[in-house]
Amino acid sequence: MKEPFLLSSLGEGETGRVAGLFAAGSLRRRLLDIGLTEGTPVRCLLHSPFGDPAAYEIRGAVFALRREDSRQVLLHAIGREAAL
Amino acid sequence: MTAGRVIALAGNPNVGKSTLFNRLTGLHQHTGNWPGKTVTNARGRCTFAGREYLLVDLPGTYSLLAHSAEEETARDFLCFGRPDACIVVCDATCLERSLNLALQVREIAPRTVVCVNLMDEAGRKGIHIDRQALEAALKVPVVAVSARDGRGVEELLQTVERVCSQPEKGPQSLPVPEEARRAVAVLEPVLRQQGAPLPRWASMRLLEGDASLQKTMAEQWRWQGPMLEQTLSLAQKELEKSGLTSETLTDRTVSGLARQAEQISRSACKSKGRSRAAQRLDHILTGKWTGIPVMLLLLAGVFWITIAGANIPSQWLWEGFSRLGEAMSVGLLAIGAPGWLEQLLVMGVWRVLSWVVSVMLPPMAVFFPLFTLLEDLGYLPRVAFTLDHCFQKAGACGKQALTMCMGFGCNAVGVTGCRIIDSPRERLVASLTNSFVPCNGRFPTMISLITLFFAASAVGVWGQALSSLLLTGVILLGVGMTFLVSRLLSSTILRGEPSSFVLELPPYRRPQVGQVLVRSVLDRTLFVLGRAVTVAAPAGLVIWLMANLTVGGESLLSLCAGFLDPLGRALGMDGVILLAFILGFPANEIVMPIVIMAYLAQGYLMEMDLPALGVLLQQNGWTWLTALCTIVFSLLHWPCSTTCLTIRKETGSWKWTALAVALPTACGMLLCFVIASFSRWVGLV
Repeated sequence: MKEPFLLSSLGEGETGRVAGLFAAGSLRRRLLDIGLTEGTPVRCLLHSPFGDPAAYEIRGAVFALRREDSRQVLLHAIGREAAL
Repeated sequence: MTAGRVIALAGNPNVGKSTLFNRLTGLHQHTGNWPGKTVTNARGRCTFAGREYLLVDLPGTYSLLAHSAEEETARDFLCFGRPDACIVVCDATCLERSLNLALQVREIAPRTVVCVNLMDEAGRKGIHIDRQALEAALKVPVVAVSARDGRGVEELLQTVERVCSQPEKGPQSLPVPEEARRAVAVLEPVLRQQGAPLPRWASMRLLEGDASLQKTMAEQWRWQGPMLEQTLSLAQKELEKSGLTSETLTDRTVSGLARQAEQISRSACKSKGRSRAAQRLDHILTGKWTGIPVMLLLLAGVFWITIAGANIPSQWLWEGFSRLGEAMSVGLLAIGAPGWLEQLLVMGVWRVLSWVVSVMLPPMAVFFPLFTLLEDLGYLPRVAFTLDHCFQKAGACGKQALTMCMGFGCNAVGVTGCRIIDSPRERLVASLTNSFVPCNGRFPTMISLITLFFAASAVGVWGQALSSLLLTGVILLGVGMTFLVSRLLSSTILRGEPSSFVLELPPYRRPQVGQVLVRSVLDRTLFVLGRAVTVAAPAGLVIWLMANLTVGGESLLSLCAGFLDPLGRALGMDGVILLAFILGFPANEIVMPIVIMAYLAQGYLMEMDLPALGVLLQQNGWTWLTALCTIVFSLLHWPCSTTCLTIRKETGSWKWTALAVALPTACGMLLCFVIASFSRWVGLV
């Protein structure tokens, strides 16, 4: 099993599973709100032209998150393992 | 007719709630494929089976637990507005996400009906929804609807009628996490005793530490302070003993909801995942290399079609209006009206009216349908996504791109739209800079000046292409100034870090081309005609009087213009133009008519059309520099009176309003001064 990593380092087309959130307060609530609860698979679809924000597929919908915010999400690898 | 019923309409952003609302009520609330269209509760009536229903369209929310202003509005209405029933609009193409809200509404609304909308879209995407399974899992009625073509709407109303005539069901509380049971057991009976509705739900929210809700509950349900506070702190201690904090309890609740939504959706919905076509489109429209060029091309393309398409109808309108004007003169003189009255009505009121209608209407009637098509497709949130980095660098919110798009229509609307931005600081930045985007009343003027002075040498298609490129440049200048001023604001008086930002990129939807065209052409026509009658006609009267009332042999207009002339010249314009901008404070549409009228008081003009206008302007000393500075100043000057009042209302302060006036004005004056001085110094003019 690989080390957990941050959502912000997920490459385009890769998938991970939410391990936990660092965020507190309203950001935490918001991240939970869009479905980033423990165990949820997240896929990075693409980065915007300037590289930030990036679009993620979460529970069937697509959300744009800034790097500042996606750094608050910890993932377990699944896409990477599958690729290896 | 029997007594009316109040029905709330809740749902995630962007699930077609407004479309359904319009379907039900026949109102024309503006709809579009991006989150946050409904910023306040819109209300409308509908009659079904001899009974009147008052429908309240709540702002779109993902949840009732989070803390944006919209979410609080929705929650407070459901909790304290006590509607008879609540329709939760869900997205069939993304059921799991919508169910999260449905589960929460079910807890507090006395009667809930789940409406699974966008069934047509889901069908196209190969998604199948098992209505019965959904009904069984949610334990509330479920109706499948396609609000856009009206399928299932009748059945929805029947279902609402049916549940409303049945007695209220008890709230469908969600299970309380094991560790929180003891804490809830302390709090719930006390709340029940005090006669609070929804004691179980209220206890959970209080334990989660929802301060704003606690305050509202205390006010609305008249709780006695000390008693409740003691019980609450007791319950919180109980919660801590079980190893939970209010934060971890919130986590439990939210995860529980998500899990439940996931299970229900898995049992009731079969889908094939995100379509490849949408992904490919996303890679083109927002991709690393293509995103920005495509955005610029689309913008320029829209302008091109606008300019090319507006040209001919504009001329027809000019001709029609001037013939009618002549007929009016003849008629008035024939019935023996005095000459001054004929002049006042025809040269004053009618001329300004003709200008506003024939110059403003055609571009708007072409631009807005095109824009609405892009909006319907779901492109606007992609613009916000593409540009967000710049907004982030400017310390602002990416959603500001959406409010800027609204500003194209009307800056006052754009300012109101700033409510979709959660952080107060960023909302203020967006409100103060909204007028850097030229509105309805300004950019037709820009189009005609560009056509007259900068694209006149190129003919036909090339002229139009050149005009559209130049106009795109002007808009980009506005956008650039927005970034610059936003940056300036967030590093000085509105200092702060950009806050967190979550933007949904909704699925692409096939725009309803026919309906969009008809609706937005009609809407714009009514809007412009309405403005023409309420603003342009009275303004025409006042301006004519100013141009013809004389003091010491000189008209009021030329006196004022003479006074402003030195400043106007320094800014590359003249006194008349500057005066026109000042008198145009009630509405930007009348700026050019004022200029024309002021010149006409000294000169003469046989025909009123665009080439003749060009000649008139040149006779009065206009060069390309004058035109350029007028365009720049039109882009960057004080917002119109309506926008100012809206800013005052939204910010609650005259100081911010004054700043919103000062910022663009200072930018415009500075820029015009630099352009004019530089051109003169280099000897370009």
